[in-house]
Order: sequence, then C-alpha cells, then structure tokens
Amino acid sequence: MKANSPSVALFIPCYVDQFYPQVGIATLELLEKLGCTVTYPSGQTCCGQPLANAGYARDTVGTATHFIETFSDYDYVVCPSGSCTLHVKEHFPAIAGLEKKQEALENKIYELIEFITDVLKIERLEGKFPHRVSYHSSCHGQRGLHLSSGSELNQPPFNKARKLLENLKGLDWVELTRTDECCGFGGTFAVTEEALSIQMGKDRLADHLSHKTEILTGGDMSCIMHLQGIATRSKQELKFLHLAEILNQALS
Amino acid sequence: MSHPENAAEFLKDAQKSKWHDETLWFVRDKRDKVSKRIPEWEQLRELASGIKDNVLANLANYLEEFERKATKNGIIVHWAADSEEHNRLVLEILQKHNCTAVVKSKSILTEECHLNPYLEKQGIEVVDTDLGERIVQFLNQPPSHIVLPAIHLKKKEISELFHEKLQTEKGNEDPAYLTQAARVHLREKFFGAKVAITGVNFGIAETGEFVVCTNEGNADMGVHLADVHIACMGIEKILPRRKDLGVFLRLLARSATGQPITNYNSHFRSPSPGKEIHIILVDNGRTAQLAREKFRNSLKCIRCGACMNTCPIYRRSGGFSYNSTVPGPIGSILSPGLDLKKHSSLPFASTLCGSCTDVCPVKINIHEQLYEWRQEVTKTQGDFAKGLSMKLANGIFKSPLAYKISGSLMRNVLKSLPNSLIYHPLNVWGKNRNLPDAPKESFQQWYQKNRS
Amino acid sequence: MNSREKILSAIRSLSLEPKTLPDIPNFSNSGNLVERFTQSISDNKGEVVTKSEFDAWFSAAGFSKVISLSSQFAELATLPLPEDPHDLESLEVAILDGQFGVAENGAIWLEDTQLGLRALPFATEHLVIVLDRNLLENTMHQGYEKIATAHSGFGLFLAGPSKTADIEQSLVIGAQGARSLRVVLV
Repeated sequence: MKANSPSVALFIPCYVDQFYPQVGIATLELLEKLGCTVTYPSGQTCCGQPLANAGYARDTVGTATHFIETFSDYDYVVCPSGSCTLHVKEHFPAIAGLEKKQEALENKIYELIEFITDVLKIERLEGKFPHRVSYHSSCHGQRGLHLSSGSELNQPPFNKARKLLENLKGLDWVELTRTDECCGFGGTFAVTEEALSIQMGKDRLADHLSHKTEILTGGDMSCIMHLQGIATRSKQELKFLHLAEILNQALS
Repeated sequence: MSHPENAAEFLKDAQKSKWHDETLWFVRDKRDKVSKRIPEWEQLRELASGIKDNVLANLANYLEEFERKATKNGIIVHWAADSEEHNRLVLEILQKHNCTAVVKSKSILTEECHLNPYLEKQGIEVVDTDLGERIVQFLNQPPSHIVLPAIHLKKKEISELFHEKLQTEKGNEDPAYLTQAARVHLREKFFGAKVAITGVNFGIAETGEFVVCTNEGNADMGVHLADVHIACMGIEKILPRRKDLGVFLRLLARSATGQPITNYNSHFRSPSPGKEIHIILVDNGRTAQLAREKFRNSLKCIRCGACMNTCPIYRRSGGFSYNSTVPGPIGSILSPGLDLKKHSSLPFASTLCGSCTDVCPVKINIHEQLYEWRQEVTKTQGDFAKGLSMKLANGIFKSPLAYKISGSLMRNVLKSLPNSLIYHPLNVWGKNRNLPDAPKESFQQWYQKNRS
Repeated sequence: MNSREKILSAIRSLSLEPKTLPDIPNFSNSGNLVERFTQSISDNKGEVVTKSEFDAWFSAAGFSKVISLSSQFAELATLPLPEDPHDLESLEVAILDGQFGVAENGAIWLEDTQLGLRALPFATEHLVIVLDRNLLENTMHQGYEKIATAHSGFGLFLAGPSKTADIEQSLVIGAQGARSLRVVLV
C-alpha cells in the first residue's frame, strides 16, 4: 500500500479454502508483494451464494450476518472470486440493524484483480511468466463486476486481468473464438442441469484447446474446478491456474 | 418433462445440437457486429427501456388514448381479458363474415392463446403464412423460437415434409427450391382468404395506428388481399408517440437477426375503403405481471429473440425444452407468472450468466428476474429435502466451528473413499467430471500454522 | 364489468410510480447519404440502379404486365391500376414513387397516395421504386420527424425484397412477396 497502508481483510471463499488453499496463499502473498497489510479474519465461512442461487436467499440471513460482522472492521475486503464478491455486493439479504455496516461492506469489498487495478491503481506489473495463457472470463466477474468488457455491449474493449498479465515477460495471450461465453458451472446448475453443464464446459474447453493453450486461467476457481474436472476426466493436456497464482509466481 | 430432462434428450443428437448452437451463435454474432456500427447503441437501449417504463407506468391512459384514436380512424377495437375471450372474439368476427379459412402471419400472442386449435375445432382452416410457421404447422408443432420458428429442423426434414405436403421432388433439399414451393402454395392461400390475422409489434397511442414487421411480406400479402384484418395485440405493446418507433425499429431487427431493419414495416391506421380492421387488446395475465413489482419490467419485451440466440442454455437445449410458448430466458421469466407449478424448472434453466440482460434491447434485467423467480419457486414448489439441505448448509456457514468440522470431514471423506464410490452414478457432479484433488489442509489451517 | 373496464381498473388499481417519458435526441451519423443508402439497400438484397441501368434491365426482360404509378415512368405501364387487388396476381412489375429513403437501413417510406392499392408492392413479382436522391434522411429518427403524425390510412417503411431464412438459416429472396427490389435514384 502506498500511503498509510490501510488494512486488507482476505475473504477466501469456502470452496477455495477447502479445495484450493494454494489460491488463498497466492492471493495473500501477492497482496503482500504489492505492499498491502493483509489479515485473514478467522472464523469466516461462506457468503451464502449456493443457497441464494438455489432459491433460498431467505435462509441466508444467518450466513450474511456472520459475514458482515466478521469483515466490518477492515478498510478493504479482497476476495479471489468475482462470483462471491458480486454475491456480497448485490445479493445479501437486507438485515435489520446492520444496514450501515452492510452498505459499507458493499462498497469496500473487491475482487482481487479490480482491487489491484482500481484501488492500488497498478497499471502494469513487472515480472516473468513465459507461457501460453488463455483467460476464462467468469460471467459474474465480467457482466456483474465489469472486470472486462462484454461482447454483447457496444463499449470500448477492456480487460483488467489482461492489463496485468500482458506485460509479464514471455506471456503469450490467447485470443478465444467466443471470448466470454459461460462455462456452464452455474453453482447448483452444474448438478441440476448436468447434461447441459457438461456440454457447455466441453465447448469452452474445445475453444481454449483449439488455440493451443498451455494454461487456462481465470478469476473464479468455481468455473475452473468445473472445466478442470471435465478436462481431467477426458485426459486433456491443459494446466489450470488462478490469476493470483500466475501473478504471484511471475512476481517472485 | 422438466427442462433438464428435455435438455438431456436434445443433447443426445450431438451433431444436431452442435449445429443448433453454432447457427444461433452466428445470429448473435451478426447482432453484435451490426449493433457496434451504431455509436449510440447503448443510448438507444436506455431510451427504449425508459420509454417502456413510462408506458408501463401509464398503461391505462395510453390504452384509452390508443382506443380513442384508433376508433376515430375507423378501426374496431375489442378487449379480451384472457385467451378464451380473445379466441371467442376472433371466432365471432369470422362467423360474422361467413369465413371458414383464414391466413395468419406470425403472432406469438395467438400461440399463447392457442388460437389455431380453437378455430380448427370450429371447422375453420388456419394457414400460418410465415414460412417457418407453416413448416411447424405442417408438423403439428409449435414454433421453437419466436423469430426463427423452425430453427430446430434440418433441411432434410423440411424436404421430406414438403414432399409429402406440397409434392416437391423427393430428396430435393435446396432451400430456394423448397421456399419457391411454399411461395406457390401460400400465394394461392393469400389470394383466396377473406380474413387475415396478424400480430402487432407496436401500437401507437398518439395516432391509434399499429405496426407489423416482417421480412417475407406475408402479413401484408394476407391483410391487403383480405376484406377483414384482425390484429391481436398484447396490452403491453403500446408506445406513446410515433417518433418512438424511430428508437424501436432501429433496435428490433438489429437485435433479432442482425439486419438493420425488417424489409416490411407496415403502419396500419385506417382500413381501405370498404374493408375492416379489428384490433383485439389482450390481457391474459399481463395485468397480473404488472402487479408483480420484481417482474413487472418483463412486460417491456418486444419479442426480438436476442436473449434466445445468446443464451448458452437455449442454444444447446432447443426451444421445445422449455415447454412454454415463449421459450428461452425471457420465456423463463414470463411463463412462471402464468403457471408457476408447470414452469417451476425454467428459472433454474440458467447459469445466471447475464448475457440475456446485456443483449436485451429494452434492458430487461432477465437474469436478475430468474434469480428472483427461484426465490418464489422454492417458497411454493420447493421439495422438502432440498429445503432441508439448504437450511443445514446455512446452519454450517453461520457457525465457524460447524463449518470447520464439516469442511475437514468433506476433505477426509474425499481422501478416504475409493473413486468408484465418489463417482457413483448418483453423484451427479462426478458423472462426467472429476473432483479436485483434496488438499492435505485447508487455507484456514495453513494460515493458522504459518501466519498467526 | 366488461373486459375493457376490468383491464383498465386492474391497471389503475396498481397506482404505479410515474416515470418520465424520455426525449429522443436527434441522433444522426456522418457520411455520404447516397453511398450509405446504396450500401443499405444492397445489404437488404435490393439494388440501387441508375435510370439507364434500369432501362437496360427493363427492356431486356420484355415484361408484359406492368403497372406504373410513377410519373417519370408512366409510359412503361401496360396495365391500369385495377380496383380489386386480386387482379394483381400475375403482375410482373410495379413502379412506384418513394416519398423518401433512410440511409442507415435503406427503408423507403410509402403511403396510400404512392401505393394506389396497398397490396401492390407485395403482390408484384418485381418492385421498382423511383426515389429522388435529394430525399434521403440520415436515420429513422429523421425519417419519423419528416412524416410526423401526418395521416395516411396505411404507411410502409419498405427496405428490400421479400426474403426468408427459415430453412436452415439459408437466405432465400422471394418468399411470399416481391422477388426483387430496384431503387432508381434520380
């Protein structure tokens, strides 16, 4: 942090905590390399998105209350997931008595990449990552948080992740055919609409593979878990890394 | 059958479903390109949305103004509270003119009202004159897409159908040849019909006129040759001013098919001498939807179909998988308002990716409404077990200790169970996907060990 | 209560929050109107032709059933305008004057006075519209500004020939209506 180093609380989504601790570690180390004072508030759990998207938002009051209390004392909350960040910002139930804290939280929670580009104002990163990388744009990150321009909209193209990646020495950025089509994860959709979910995942993977991708990256491990699960099952040669892992490696 | 079952069925024909996906993606891509040639595109969407907001907020006044002006222009205005009344009104007009055969151009409203089977039961021949609609009518199917009614069919199937119905050469699959055969067949119907039915794209309160858009010219072929024109219009199709059409006609065809405008955009204001124009203003659940604050602006829809073309679900599951007159994302937020039980799986036929919202020319927040319908569905239609497991999950996530225990339990279970059990067919995730390797410790455990 | 009252009172009972009707800015794009109009008509699968190109096409084809309501091409008519539109069934060519055209999409405005019979531009095999090159508008906004609320029982923005892509998305020209559109810019 440049000036008086405000405190950053790390929000590690439940499935990242349980299945991808290395992504949490990379996020923490990366933020520290960029000069932040980072704390991981103990006792954090989940944002409640799986319940809410399944139609049970009314049952997430307890989860959301706990979340707001856990993170209210920090200047910023940073999360290596666009989807979970969007959920906290837009889909928390209104909780009586916590209105002010809730509003404050909505304004201080950031997805990792947007925190780096918009709050830390880092325009380019100096580092090295000599690999051919393709980017899976998570829908909630893109259309929800506007981390990159959408192919649907008539707007100047931008991509916050690409901005950070493309200066890395040796990194070869892959242009996809369908730049921002959904991978088919969709939370409970992955199991309630299994056939479609798998087909969508296969189609996304085929796009990446047809462009000779070496590493598929993205800002949401949920999409990557789904894509990786399909790729592994069909024994496809493709590596998967979260953006935090690439940036953290590149900067070391 | 529910949406997931229908979708799985559609995907079984891998080649055809891939074709369906790619063909509709191509249409969406055309829409992207043509919309980017209009620098003020996003402003136009904002305007269209704003105009429709104003319409919905003043709907009663605009309807009355429309009725007043239309009546003054010599158009006969009828009101129908529901589909039965709509169908009955159409029938009465036909009977008054001793008409036993009608030509009809595309109208999703008449599909919604199931007008064809109703009239056929009364002994009236209905000929759908849009080529795609005629094709599906021959097959006794509803349209699978609101703009591209026969998009689920391959030319081979249409060739076989036309061989049977129109005596075309066996095996001739040339679209130009097949279209020509339909042209001859349909022109004969146009020249013989006394009454023609059309839908309505826009009704203008200021002038009392209504606008119908087609590329084939079939609506006009029908109505200008017939003595009587019956136009069926949902009450939400009103626009305040004629100049609003400038905004909407710029958006409609570009959004629908990526063309700058439909080739025929007909403005009906008063009948030709000696002829009649009737317009039926239909509610059929629209005022009920207007009353639902969260779902109200679904009524802004101008039926362009862009949300279907962009939807990764629709493209891979086909229109019939929705089992609803209007399929796709917009259908999934309109249909639950008509019958929540029947359409309860539709709000879940989405990953909430939001692409539908971003292509929508009137900026309906479709994916947010899908989310909201899910909350409604679980209140009344949720099955007990699903509700229970979700409550349990909330219990876990609001208590850090319970979360920690269940988390490590989950990881340990994954580590200790043999793959055959994890990938049991009942484990839906694992049917066609591996699970991530279970790490030895969670991030939380790592952090406690290394950082605190 | 009849359905009319039922519907209107159901809407009124909601007492919805008022929403302002937005003003429409006068959007217009730069560029040469004739070029853009010509390109648009061509994109719509019609054709913009000069008078001599039209003459060449017309005389080579040797049509025998022609209706012309355009004063500039009155001599080409072989048939008068019939009273009954059903008599248009075997019409080969209709020649009409267009009121004005819109450059952004090729749409040409026609009203009852230009059409004679409303079925004419649809029922004919080939449609020819004669348009003054000085009567081109930029976008639909200027088009609607021009027609304002002037009364015509029927009005039409026509932008091309009858076309369909309902069979496997293959574009076919000449679905139910006119098989071709030629716009003679004069």
